[in-house]
Amino acid sequence: STSATNEKTNMLLMSVWSCFFGQDEEDGTEMGEGDEWMQGKTLIKPLDQLDLTEAELKEEFTRILTANNPHAPQNIVRYSFKERSYKPISSVDQLAVHFVLEGNLLHQDSDEARRQRAKQGGEDAGDVEEGGGEERADSVESKVGKKEQKITNQFNFSERASQTLNNPLRERGCQTEPPPRANFSATANQWEIYDVYLEVLQKQEKNKEKAKAVPKKDDDKGKKKMMLVETQSDDITKVAKVAKIIERMVNQNTFDDIAQDFKYFEDASDEYREQEGTLLPLWKFQYDKAKRLSVTALCWNESYKDLFAVGLGSYDFTKQGRGMLVFYSLKNSTFPEYIYPTTSGILCLDIHKHLPYLVAVGFYDGCVAVYNLKEETLQPIYKSTAKSGKHTDPVWQVKWQKDDMDNNHNFFSVSSDGRVVSWTLVKNELVFTDIIKLSLAGAVSEGPEGVQLPIMACGTSFDFHKQIDYLFLVGTEEGKIHKCSKAYSSQFLETYNAHNMAVDAVKWNHFHTKVFISCSSDWTVKIWDHTIKTPMFTFDLNASVGDVAWSPYSSTVFAAVTTDGKVHTFDLSINKYEAICQQPVVAKKKTKLTHIEFNPVYPIIIVGDDRGYVTSLKLSPNLRKKPKEKKGQELPKGPEVEIAKMEKLLSLLREPENSNA
Amino acid sequence: VTVLIHHCILYKKAEVEETLKRIQGQKGVQGIIIVNAEGIPIKTTLDNSSTVQYAGLIHQLVMKARSTVRDIDPQNDLTFLRVRSKKNEIMIAPDKDYFLIVIQNPSD
Repeated sequence: STSATNEKTNMLLMSVWSCFFGQDEEDGTEMGEGDEWMQGKTLIKPLDQLDLTEAELKEEFTRILTANNPHAPQNIVRYSFKERSYKPISSVDQLAVHFVLEGNLLHQDSDEARRQRAKQGGEDAGDVEEGGGEERADSVESKVGKKEQKITNQFNFSERASQTLNNPLRERGCQTEPPPRANFSATANQWEIYDVYLEVLQKQEKNKEKAKAVPKKDDDKGKKKMMLVETQSDDITKVAKVAKIIERMVNQNTFDDIAQDFKYFEDASDEYREQEGTLLPLWKFQYDKAKRLSVTALCWNESYKDLFAVGLGSYDFTKQGRGMLVFYSLKNSTFPEYIYPTTSGILCLDIHKHLPYLVAVGFYDGCVAVYNLKEETLQPIYKSTAKSGKHTDPVWQVKWQKDDMDNNHNFFSVSSDGRVVSWTLVKNELVFTDIIKLSLAGAVSEGPEGVQLPIMACGTSFDFHKQIDYLFLVGTEEGKIHKCSKAYSSQFLETYNAHNMAVDAVKWNHFHTKVFISCSSDWTVKIWDHTIKTPMFTFDLNASVGDVAWSPYSSTVFAAVTTDGKVHTFDLSINKYEAICQQPVVAKKKTKLTHIEFNPVYPIIIVGDDRGYVTSLKLSPNLRKKPKEKKGQELPKGPEVEIAKMEKLLSLLREPENSNA
Repeated sequence: VTVLIHHCILYKKAEVEETLKRIQGQKGVQGIIIVNAEGIPIKTTLDNSSTVQYAGLIHQLVMKARSTVRDIDPQNDLTFLRVRSKKNEIMIAPDKDYFLIVIQNPSD
């Protein structure tokens, strides 16, 4: 019925509207929204439309539009074998099929297809061709062409391949010359690292110096030349230091027994000999180029206790020639450490106490010179000339003094010309100052034009007081000893009529400040107290005494050498009248001993003779006796003990004198 | 100045030669070898085979001894080395670039 269809249409429309405007069940504004749409159309009321009351019209009917198939069953129940019961199937196929058309596909070459084509044949020839346009070109051609041609299967895959020409492989190689290789191995020790650091530091310092110094072209040239020469001869000269060490080692081996004696030997038989002592010969020093010369001076070096200087010359007036300054070390007795040949014979030398490389030398020709051992040259760094106040007679003694107020080194010299001169080393010059002129008291000679000139005495030795700086003693050829002061240049403080012949040596005692000793060619050795005009002790040695020396370790021990080749050692605290040791030390009897010196630390003495030999001797224990004090009062009181010892001796002597006087 | 320096170096060379002669002339000295820093002998008074042998062996010993001394205190350095044996004594004095070996029989 139309109303039913209208209703259905309405329902469809409604469902369409609800589709458009959501599936909300509560949405009741369908009519309202639909109103807008339908306003353009005029409504025609059909005749059989239901008449509804207003209330019924306003009644809202909710329509829900879903995508479900309304014809699909909603309550299919299936038997589940698993649960053995009927279960409703929740998901139902909602597919609604509206239209199905089954197609029919024929292969074009099949019989049926041919029959159909034949039917359509003449009418649709064009269509067939058009339709065949879609077919493969091959098949069309094959259809048009002969059937005898091979029909390629459009489904078969035809592989097409072609092979290219492979070029023959060629191997091409080239070999380079291998880089030169060398095996390198090194160790990285702490000291190697330290060495590298030192080198870098030195380089840095050099660079700093170069930056500071202004480069001079001449210096550079000079340096270049030096470098060249060095490289030529560096192979041998670099070995110099090492060769020296080796030489000493070899000597140590050769003279091993002497070295052992020097260090350790103590003559045990001294215990049985009451007072006497002996001298043990140790090394003998000789230099073959000095054979004809006599030892004229000996001096130990204060800083290097094994080094001593030997001055060589001649005492013979007629045989004056060249001289030599030679240094020996106890470590090498076969060859000197330093050799300085001189034109004139040396008569005296002195090594500076604090600067072990400065040596003052006095010559027979009256010159004085100063050598610097550090310098490479063989020439002295200072030498006095006729212009600069050199002595006119042989210089018999030189002695270094303390540096003066300007910190210049200076030394004194005494000579037969009667002058005591002070020489100061000022920069490059040797400046002299006459300190005192030794004139014979009262003796005057007639000079030209009736002028009376004082006769000069000839100074032959001097010595400076150890503590009192200005006080010194001068011994003369006439046999007198003058006590002088540096301050008074014309007068003596005191004169002692010491000897009958020239005073060969005068020496202050190392400990006692008042005592000095003198020796002379008149065979005597005398000990004095400088406050008393007569000697305290006098010793007759039966031969001309060449030299005398106090020992550095005792105030009462001294030694003297005589021309008969003997060394006489005295210890006044043991024996006041005789020597405790009288020993010949040279082989040939004709050899005269000229000088003697005690070593400042070791118990040895060196003795020089007139054949250029220097012999070293070790003092036996008896000669080195130190006074036995009460227990507990031993060595700490060294110098004072010595002074007391001497004082005791002197007091014994003075008392009888006082009582006599 | 350069002439003086040249003379000094010549003099030094003569001095060193003389020192070596003296050492050779000492009692009981059998031979002297001077070896450079690489262990190659540059001067010797012994025959070739002995020289090479001594140089090679002693070089190693000196390096070891020096290394020992310096490892203990890098500011220290080896001064000399004596190897005393029944028959003789080998004395080695090393330097920065060279070392000197002397073989001596002290009891001769």
